[in-house]
Amino acid sequence: MTIALTGKPNSGKSSLFNQLTGLNQKIGNFPGVTVDKRTGFCQLDAHTAAEIIDLPGTYSLYPRTLDEKVVAEIFTDQKSKFYPDKVVLVADATNLKNCLLLLTQLIDLRLPAVLALNMVDLAAKSGQSIDIKKLESELDIPVVMVNARNGTGIDRLRALLAAPLKTSANLIYRPDDETRPLVNAIKEKYHLSSDYEAYQFLQQPDNLMFLPQAERDFIREYAKQNNFYPHKYQGAETVMRYGFIQDLLNKVVLRSSNEGWKRVSYGIDRVLTHKVWGYIIFLVILFLIFQSIFAWAQIPMDYIDSSFAQLSHYLDRVFPPGPFFELIAHGIVPGIGGIVIFIPQIAILFAFISVLEETGYMSRVVFLMDKIMRKFGLNGKSVVPLMSGWACAIPAIMATRTIDNWKDRLITIFVTPLMSCSARLPVFTILVALIIPDYKILGFFNYQGLVLMGLYLLGFLAALFSAFVLKFFIHVKERSYLIMEMPTYKMPKWSNVGYQIIEKTKAFVFQAGKIILAISIVLYALSSYGPPAVMNAAKDTVQKANAGRALTEAEFQDKVAAYKLEQSYAGRLGKTLEPLIRPLGYDWKIGIALVTSFAAREVFVGTIATIYSIGSADDQPTIKARLKSEINPETGGPRYTLAVGLSLLVFYTFAMQCMSTLAVVKRETKGWKWPLIQLAYMTALAYLSAFAVYQLLK
Amino acid sequence: MVPGETAVISGFTDDQISVKLLEMGFLPGTAVRFNFTAPLGDPVCVSVSGYDLSLRLEEAGSISILN
Repeated sequence: MTIALTGKPNSGKSSLFNQLTGLNQKIGNFPGVTVDKRTGFCQLDAHTAAEIIDLPGTYSLYPRTLDEKVVAEIFTDQKSKFYPDKVVLVADATNLKNCLLLLTQLIDLRLPAVLALNMVDLAAKSGQSIDIKKLESELDIPVVMVNARNGTGIDRLRALLAAPLKTSANLIYRPDDETRPLVNAIKEKYHLSSDYEAYQFLQQPDNLMFLPQAERDFIREYAKQNNFYPHKYQGAETVMRYGFIQDLLNKVVLRSSNEGWKRVSYGIDRVLTHKVWGYIIFLVILFLIFQSIFAWAQIPMDYIDSSFAQLSHYLDRVFPPGPFFELIAHGIVPGIGGIVIFIPQIAILFAFISVLEETGYMSRVVFLMDKIMRKFGLNGKSVVPLMSGWACAIPAIMATRTIDNWKDRLITIFVTPLMSCSARLPVFTILVALIIPDYKILGFFNYQGLVLMGLYLLGFLAALFSAFVLKFFIHVKERSYLIMEMPTYKMPKWSNVGYQIIEKTKAFVFQAGKIILAISIVLYALSSYGPPAVMNAAKDTVQKANAGRALTEAEFQDKVAAYKLEQSYAGRLGKTLEPLIRPLGYDWKIGIALVTSFAAREVFVGTIATIYSIGSADDQPTIKARLKSEINPETGGPRYTLAVGLSLLVFYTFAMQCMSTLAVVKRETKGWKWPLIQLAYMTALAYLSAFAVYQLLK
Repeated sequence: MVPGETAVISGFTDDQISVKLLEMGFLPGTAVRFNFTAPLGDPVCVSVSGYDLSLRLEEAGSISILN
């Protein structure tokens, strides 16, 4: 048995889902779209278990965002494997009027439904009491009071769902004389069970993805020819439904005029959306998030890093030699390590984001920032994805789904990778430490820290600038709007925060992780294999070249590794690139690092370590010392001058250099067009800026 | 309207936005209260049907009121 949970956003749907399924849940995708599908199992009684689907929050069957389209699609496709046997409509009792709109539509679709009234305690505090018995008999469906936060009423809900459920005898929608012939024709043609379903077919044929394209075209044309104007009828339908709901509420709600609990919210709003304090508080919160991502995540990240390095060394020792075992020890294990290392940052970022969402502060951020963001072709809702971009572009791009308008969403996706993500940090730290002197300005501003901050700022400004330019190139018919609920402030429910962290981390590990792993294996192969004759002779060649020098075994091994990398396919690619990157101040060694870090920028450090035959890549002071002593044969001076260093820093700030981001963008924009434009744009921006920096400072 | 003022919705001037507004509970005849504006004057926060919403000025401007 399949049971769908539905309701408007902020009605406590997810909390109820967590209460029903506990940890017994999994995240997948709805077929064809990239909307997260949360499903879980729930033991309803001794004999019955049910699959629970948590549908995206929506106000009605008429979708505005990608997520909401899924809801309309599921409820209109009776043959879908997700078509629910029963529906639980989760309603916020403090705002019943709004929640019932979707319920009346579901009743008209003849779906067996239960109304779960959440937040009844809050409604009572505001002086509202609801006559449940009357509500039940008027709607002709079971009503159960629940508290999704502490689990009250869940047992009764389970029992209700285990028992057979009939459809309501109510019909709120009846086709009028104008539309009846059309509705009947569609109903007959597609063997539909309710008038309202046929009416939905006429209203939104383009969302009926389960029908073949020809059928959708037919319905659209049919509606057009018969003067069926979706907007007109939709407006009339909504007014009619609210008429029904108002009558109902007049019968079942007793209200006193005490709105005291709301005034607390207004008081908080007066501070949090204040002209000055509002922005200061927002900046402080941002700073706090930023700090904790770097400070707190560092310890587990270092631990993960060294554990995987040890595991790799250990496997190296215990495995017999052979290409397959080398692939495991040097390709797959570090590849998995490269995914796992991002988990602490992603977890911390989403912990903050979900706390901000749970408390209701996030909608105030949107409220504060909307006007500024619109100037740059973005949307108040772009703030969260851009902020998340500082941790990792992958979850950030996934977070753009809340933006209703396609143009705003596309621009946000396009510029998010310019926000300096955590993978750029290892590259930044080593290069900044190398070329920027370590002294303090005015006694306490660390010069290196300032440069680092400047790089983040540079990325942010580039994102805004690109959005501003892009605004003029993308045209859509769709209008941008921001009609958004401002929920009352409340304490976050910590278990929801926990679920959110687990969910987002899983999404990253399993969706982006696959690509990262695949690419690291390809890159491993590229950088460890070359023409066999040269590679096999590597030891002898190095021995000959160093004949007469006293090398320790370790030094010798490092030199062999460096020689092998130079002769590998990746190395050859780096050399081929040399003429192209010479104007930026780079040589073929940096070229190799650019090639290997094409898929993931953090690989830069490891490659540099190998190519300069330093051996263990984890030791930053060693790398730094080695890079400092590298001589540029043409000038006789150091290879890593200020100009080269800054040119590299600017290059890494702007360049895409992340295969996983491209893969996610492809998924979210449903095609290769946008990721390819993005790749070309960012590479060009990186190349030209690095060129300018080097030529100016040389 | 100025912050704190209450009015009654009489209709809409924009068809496309009106269907969204209707869904959110902006019904002709309903009382709407203008709570406060965002620091930069846009969007605005209003109360309707017993809850709070944020609207851009453009959207709010498409609502005709009686007062």
